[in-house]
Amino acid sequence: MRPPRAIESIHFTLLSPDDIRRISVTRIVTADTYDEDGFPIERGLMDRRLGVVDPGLRCKTCGSGPRDCPGHFGHIELARPVVHVNYVEPIFDLLRSTCRKCGRILLSEEVATKFREEMEGKKSWWEVSDKVLQSVSKVDKCPHCGEKQLEIKFEKPFTFLEGKNRLTPQDIRARLERIPTEDSTLLGVSPEIRPEWMVLTVLLVPPVTVRPSITLETGVRSEDDLTHKLVDIIRINQRLAENIEAGAPHLIVEDLWELLQYHVATYFSNEISGVPPARHRSGRVLRTLSQRLKGKEGRFRGNLSGKRVDFSARAVVSPDPCLKLDEVGVPEQVARVLTVRTRVTSFNIEEMREYVRRGPKVHPGANWVISPDGKRYDLRYADREELAKNLEPGYVVERHLQNGDVVLFNRQPSLHRMSIMAHKVRVMPGRTFRLNLCVCPLYNADFDGDEMNLHVPQSEEAQVEAKVLMAVQNQIISPRFGGPIIGGVQDHITGVYLLTRRGTLLTKEQAHQLLIEAGVTASLPQPAVVRGGKEYWTGKQIFSQLLPKGLNITYRAKICAGCSKCMKEECEKDAYVVVRDGELIHGVIDAHGYKALDKCELLDEMVREYGEEVTAEFLNKVTRLSIAAARMLGFTTSIDDEDIPPITKERIEEALEKARKRVEQLIEIYNRGELEPLPGRSLRETLEMRIMEVLAEVRDKAGEIAEKHLSLANPAVIMARTGARGSMLNLTQMAACVGQQSVRGERLSRGYVGRVLPHFKPGDLGAEARGFVSSSYKEGLRPIEFFFHAMGGREGLVDTAVRTAQSGYMQRRLINALQDLRVEYDGTVRDDRGRIVQFLYGEDGVDPMRADNGKPVNVSKIVRKIIGVVEED
Amino acid sequence: MGGEFDPRRHVLVPKHEILSEEEVKEILARYRIKPSQLPWIKSSDPVVKAIGANPGDILKITRESPTAGKAVVYRYVVKG
Repeated sequence: MRPPRAIESIHFTLLSPDDIRRISVTRIVTADTYDEDGFPIERGLMDRRLGVVDPGLRCKTCGSGPRDCPGHFGHIELARPVVHVNYVEPIFDLLRSTCRKCGRILLSEEVATKFREEMEGKKSWWEVSDKVLQSVSKVDKCPHCGEKQLEIKFEKPFTFLEGKNRLTPQDIRARLERIPTEDSTLLGVSPEIRPEWMVLTVLLVPPVTVRPSITLETGVRSEDDLTHKLVDIIRINQRLAENIEAGAPHLIVEDLWELLQYHVATYFSNEISGVPPARHRSGRVLRTLSQRLKGKEGRFRGNLSGKRVDFSARAVVSPDPCLKLDEVGVPEQVARVLTVRTRVTSFNIEEMREYVRRGPKVHPGANWVISPDGKRYDLRYADREELAKNLEPGYVVERHLQNGDVVLFNRQPSLHRMSIMAHKVRVMPGRTFRLNLCVCPLYNADFDGDEMNLHVPQSEEAQVEAKVLMAVQNQIISPRFGGPIIGGVQDHITGVYLLTRRGTLLTKEQAHQLLIEAGVTASLPQPAVVRGGKEYWTGKQIFSQLLPKGLNITYRAKICAGCSKCMKEECEKDAYVVVRDGELIHGVIDAHGYKALDKCELLDEMVREYGEEVTAEFLNKVTRLSIAAARMLGFTTSIDDEDIPPITKERIEEALEKARKRVEQLIEIYNRGELEPLPGRSLRETLEMRIMEVLAEVRDKAGEIAEKHLSLANPAVIMARTGARGSMLNLTQMAACVGQQSVRGERLSRGYVGRVLPHFKPGDLGAEARGFVSSSYKEGLRPIEFFFHAMGGREGLVDTAVRTAQSGYMQRRLINALQDLRVEYDGTVRDDRGRIVQFLYGEDGVDPMRADNGKPVNVSKIVRKIIGVVEED
Repeated sequence: MGGEFDPRRHVLVPKHEILSEEEVKEILARYRIKPSQLPWIKSSDPVVKAIGANPGDILKITRESPTAGKAVVYRYVVKG
């Protein structure tokens, strides 16, 4: 093989008929491909001079086999010329702006010279040729020979008309031939190209290597789409030639000519508008030249920008709370197939021998051995005992994936850098990849059938790079806003809330049980309460065992009601969190403590003060602790969590009735014409706004009434208030009233004339008629309400579908625009040519990942730490 | 219409200055670049016309920044 070379430049041009004949190794005349014995026919489309793809054959041109023969071009002599579809537009321009008789450009010599001068020395002459085209469009008499010009029309896809006469490709070619090169240059044609080359007389036939045929198991040969297309072209070409030869009527020749034009056009592109696509016998649309290159699965985006890789696996994912944050559970089956190339050294030789002896079928084994001279031994068949004995430093063993190996784990769509992270392998039984729950928000993974990919870096360099740059721990802080994005999810929050809230007292057995499940073996602190001779510990004490010594932080928990006067440590909800020297003194831990994608005060402080390793370890322990706590203290929820007493129900009814009346009142005022319009709104808009206001208010009011019966003793409320899952709005919709349904932010109005459904009178503007759902989810919706609800719900579905499509395309364009930008060591942002884009990254040079909530430094925090004052405000 | 409006008077237009030769040298040395590697500004830009800068000049623009308070950037004036 020749050594690769850097490409200096690429030059695009047209081939002249002579160029094509020169490149060609043979003229193709027969449409047949193979004879009865399956051998390629001479001068056919599979001629052996065009190269070979089948093993065992030799190319007749270069003499090499299928591996080395690059393939050689052939050609077809067309019986009549046809236009090249991709050049119809320049052809049209050329025809319009040159004389039909003498071929000169329709400009006087002076004007032409002026334009030529303007073109001189310009890199791009399109601008000038556009101007030439404009100034030529009105000329109707040739300034050179005085010939009167007729209007030329172009009918898509490839018909040219002059007045009423059709111009055949032959006529067109003759005209293009008459154009002097210095005139065609004025119209944007490069001087080394003759315009008549845009009308084909000879067709280049690509080598067989470009269009290999496939042999199915049944022995039936199946040809490439391009070959099919070329067969069509040759057939028609032949018939056309025969008919011309025989002096057939003009009409028949014209028809065949037109057909040849169609086949040659679809050979170049099968997606020309106005042309029915050429089809395979089965009705499938043929994939011809331009389709091979175009689009997502084309040569550029599909094969050159995107490639397939080895050493990768894909499987369904499932959760495993016992895994560490940075681990990934890999099925043994997968681990036996994926391998790591390991060089044998004097340090690992015995280990490697053992792997070789165990072979490919037993798990920590090996699949291949490569000797220093490059020979590969397949351990399925080789004498493993013998190979193991002969193993010495310098050999390379492809051993199975095993515990502790670094792998990259990925879930599509890979929207941010946390979508691919380095995990440590943990080989386990089963058939799915297992992952820790805390990393789910990063991958956006759930377990309803999600699949994920795994890649094994092979070289030591790649492994270290993955470990250092991509490890899960390194991703705890988001590069987007500089706060933690890994944290607890769902039950992790409820569990730890149950544990740390006031009144949780644990016996010695319970305390030990929780700590051992969290993986803490330290001895218990002094009991907080001794009652009746028995010792009790608070949940806060247990939780504190996981906190690093010296941690100080004060913040308000998620359950904080935002009272006008904060009671601080005496908060009756225990929402004022105080941690001193790694001891949780006041407050409960909830979403603001360590929930993923939430405020994460506790985690934030921990990452900053103690680093990622400590934080990762904390997360490992605290998630297990909280699950254990939830299990021990008991936690369940069901629909009767949304039960409300009948009296409350009545009060909600009353409120709804009042609102209904109020809406009717508003409508009446409107009908009387006494409604005061809001500034900038029409009367009708004002009415709608007022009604919406009233109805939104009553929904909230109904919620408020219901909420009085939904205290923190209610498990569903615990989840909503602590931020573990769901919101109070969700709960009130279930318990009290669903509320107004809307499409595009307005009350429902479309459907029948003046009404949404035929159950109402036309023009009814009342609450029910326009999609107000007064039932709660728990009671159940009435049929009409249900329909309204479906209307509102549909909008949500459409929105998500549209949003993902739009943002995906936007991201693609942003990536294309930004991919080469980087921050240099001097802080400037530059593109790939060293041009400055920003003089200082973000104008302040701050890496948001290392910033504190977007600010480079948090001054008050530093002051507090130095002075030693821990109190806030 | 009254007299020509001076864009420099507008609140949203930051301060533009033409750099002296020494300053230009200093800037180019600081970033180790050729003038063409700076971001460009067209000579037809209203502010460029107002301060009378010519193609080849380098402008210093001082503007308010939401992240840094005050940010200094440079523009290379090109024909256009």
